[in-house]
Amino acid sequence: MSDTQIAREVDRSHMQVSDEIAIQITSMNKWFGSFHVLRDINLTVMRGERIVVCGPSGSGKSTLIRCINRLEEHQSGRIIVDGTELTSDLKNIDKVRSEVGMVFQHFNLFPHLTILENLTLAPIWVRKVPKREAEETAMYFLDKVKIPEQALKYPGQLSGGQQQRVAIARSLCMKPRIMLFDEPTSALDPEMIKEVLDTMIGLAEEGMTMICVTHEMGFAQAVANRVIFMDQGQIVEQNEPYEFFNNPKSERTKLFLSQILGH
Amino acid sequence: MSDTHSETVAYVRETMLPQATPPASEVGAIKWLRENLFSGVLNTILTLVGIAAVVWLVQAALPWFLHGVWNANSLPECRQIIAETWGEGAHGACWAVIRERWNQFLFGFYPSDLYWRPVLALALFFAAVAPVLFTELPRKLLWGSAFYPAVAYILLWGGSLWVPISVMAGFGVGWLGLVAARRTNLPLLGPLAAVLLPLIWWLFLAGPVAGMLEDIIPLGVEEVRSDKFGGFVLSLTIGIAAIVLSLPLGIVLALGRRSDMLLVKALSVGFIEFIRGVPLITLLFTASLLLNYFLPPGTNFDIILRVIIMVTLFAAAYIAEVIRGGLAALPRGQYEAADSLGLDYWKAMQLIVLPQALKISIPGIVSTFIGLFKDTTLVIFVGLLDPLKGITDAVRAAIEWKGVYWEPFIFVGAIFFVFNFGMSRYSMYLENKLKRDHR
Repeated sequence: MSDTQIAREVDRSHMQVSDEIAIQITSMNKWFGSFHVLRDINLTVMRGERIVVCGPSGSGKSTLIRCINRLEEHQSGRIIVDGTELTSDLKNIDKVRSEVGMVFQHFNLFPHLTILENLTLAPIWVRKVPKREAEETAMYFLDKVKIPEQALKYPGQLSGGQQQRVAIARSLCMKPRIMLFDEPTSALDPEMIKEVLDTMIGLAEEGMTMICVTHEMGFAQAVANRVIFMDQGQIVEQNEPYEFFNNPKSERTKLFLSQILGH
Repeated sequence: MSDTHSETVAYVRETMLPQATPPASEVGAIKWLRENLFSGVLNTILTLVGIAAVVWLVQAALPWFLHGVWNANSLPECRQIIAETWGEGAHGACWAVIRERWNQFLFGFYPSDLYWRPVLALALFFAAVAPVLFTELPRKLLWGSAFYPAVAYILLWGGSLWVPISVMAGFGVGWLGLVAARRTNLPLLGPLAAVLLPLIWWLFLAGPVAGMLEDIIPLGVEEVRSDKFGGFVLSLTIGIAAIVLSLPLGIVLALGRRSDMLLVKALSVGFIEFIRGVPLITLLFTASLLLNYFLPPGTNFDIILRVIIMVTLFAAAYIAEVIRGGLAALPRGQYEAADSLGLDYWKAMQLIVLPQALKISIPGIVSTFIGLFKDTTLVIFVGLLDPLKGITDAVRAAIEWKGVYWEPFIFVGAIFFVFNFGMSRYSMYLENKLKRDHR
């Protein structure tokens, strides 16, 4: 199917999709200058859904998920995250951001802080959690991503895969209800991709609402309950993974799939 | 099977090779010499020319230092002693001028029975900056540092103790205003009270209150007026005050220049470009002459204070640009990661952006500080006695030291060098300490 092997059987017992809406995007448009980068996006994400977004580069998939925590501003339409609408109101933006975790392609750990400080910073300063409690939570999540022994090192001393797992743990320390992944494995060596994907699968198994921009089609097959294909700033096709990969409807999707899976 | 030709047939390594020691020609002094001094024809020539230049310089200057005379009462006496000891035509330094007049180079015309006051102020300054510079020291010491400016003022200028106390009380007034404003539910009232109340206090109340308290309980030490200041007391007073004040102002200006708010940005850019575009001496003249025209008649605004303000503004503009470079060098991802965790602007700046940007800017900031400290000698142009020209001219005006040039300059230069080299070393220590990539 693809070059990613998912090593273990994915446990689907907690992967239920509830009928509660987590994210609702209606007729959203965004421009970069005069370039119409997102065109009439409509997307509803239910709590517990695991969505994989794929598409050629420049198709707007990263911009789409960056709009969900307002790293990018949309110019028309509505985005409602967890019942809070994203407008220019800074209070709402900070509220949404503290509920939505984000993992970046280049990890973006804070290089001047230790791993433990990276993890406790936002809980202490945004959530006002006492330091000791924040550290306990941090160690719990470091344990979960299987690198508790690195807690006192600095990000520059870790491998790429370890850094990305720390970045995931850092987001989890804020106890987010939604996680966004922006090409989390694209900057990693093949040997490290698996350890990061395993962490993400673990998260999915616990029922986290996730939107992942990724080209790891093995991951999409194993975990996603919906795959979205974007091109030229629009959602071209979406379907459940088996149908999407084996029976794509649009010509553009077929071409894309043949290019990424055909080699 | 390790001797199989790996290029020609299929090959599998069965044993991994251990690390071997390098050959003898790759280690030791011979290798160092060959690599660093004689690695080619051109480099060999350059090495020889360099050695020749050093030898020539030492040969020319060393006798002058060795023939130096410390015990004499005038320059002619110096020359006579040198001629008698080393023969006619010998050159020698006349250090006697330093021995005789060192106090003027260091203290200007500060009353000699009060020399202990600036010395104590400088010693206390090092005690006060220690907890700021070295994070290993207990953080509680910083409270002591906060009161240093008042202590330094009373030590340097003397006068009524109530003056610095009532000025420091302005900060207390601001804090009380902030606390009181927090009780109400208006979000903007807090910062407004914290800024406006101290200003009102300083402009209208601090002076009368200090005077009143002085009438009730006279409390003070002997006053030393600003025109007695000179030499390194003057340079260090201006230099240290401007260094301490210009860093926070520079940070604010750098953030302002990168702000999205048009007015803040325009004001910052305008200020920085104006100050950088104008020579420091222009600003000093402005400080000494023009400010008097603009201030209400009868205001006695101390000349040293005016110079400190101008030098601070000047250095702050440069520091703002250095820090802007540091801010621009941070990857976009750092800002985005801080945003995505829900940190607001000020917290993101304080916790994520500034610690990294300042670290990148350390060499530039310290260069600016060193430049600022050396520029304090320019106060000669507004009639203050800087150590390099003001005091040296005053010393040479005495008939017995007429014609002494090198010795005062070397002495003053050496003292500047000690301070500046210290700053430079500290910046290297800090850069090393903050290194996070490979440890």
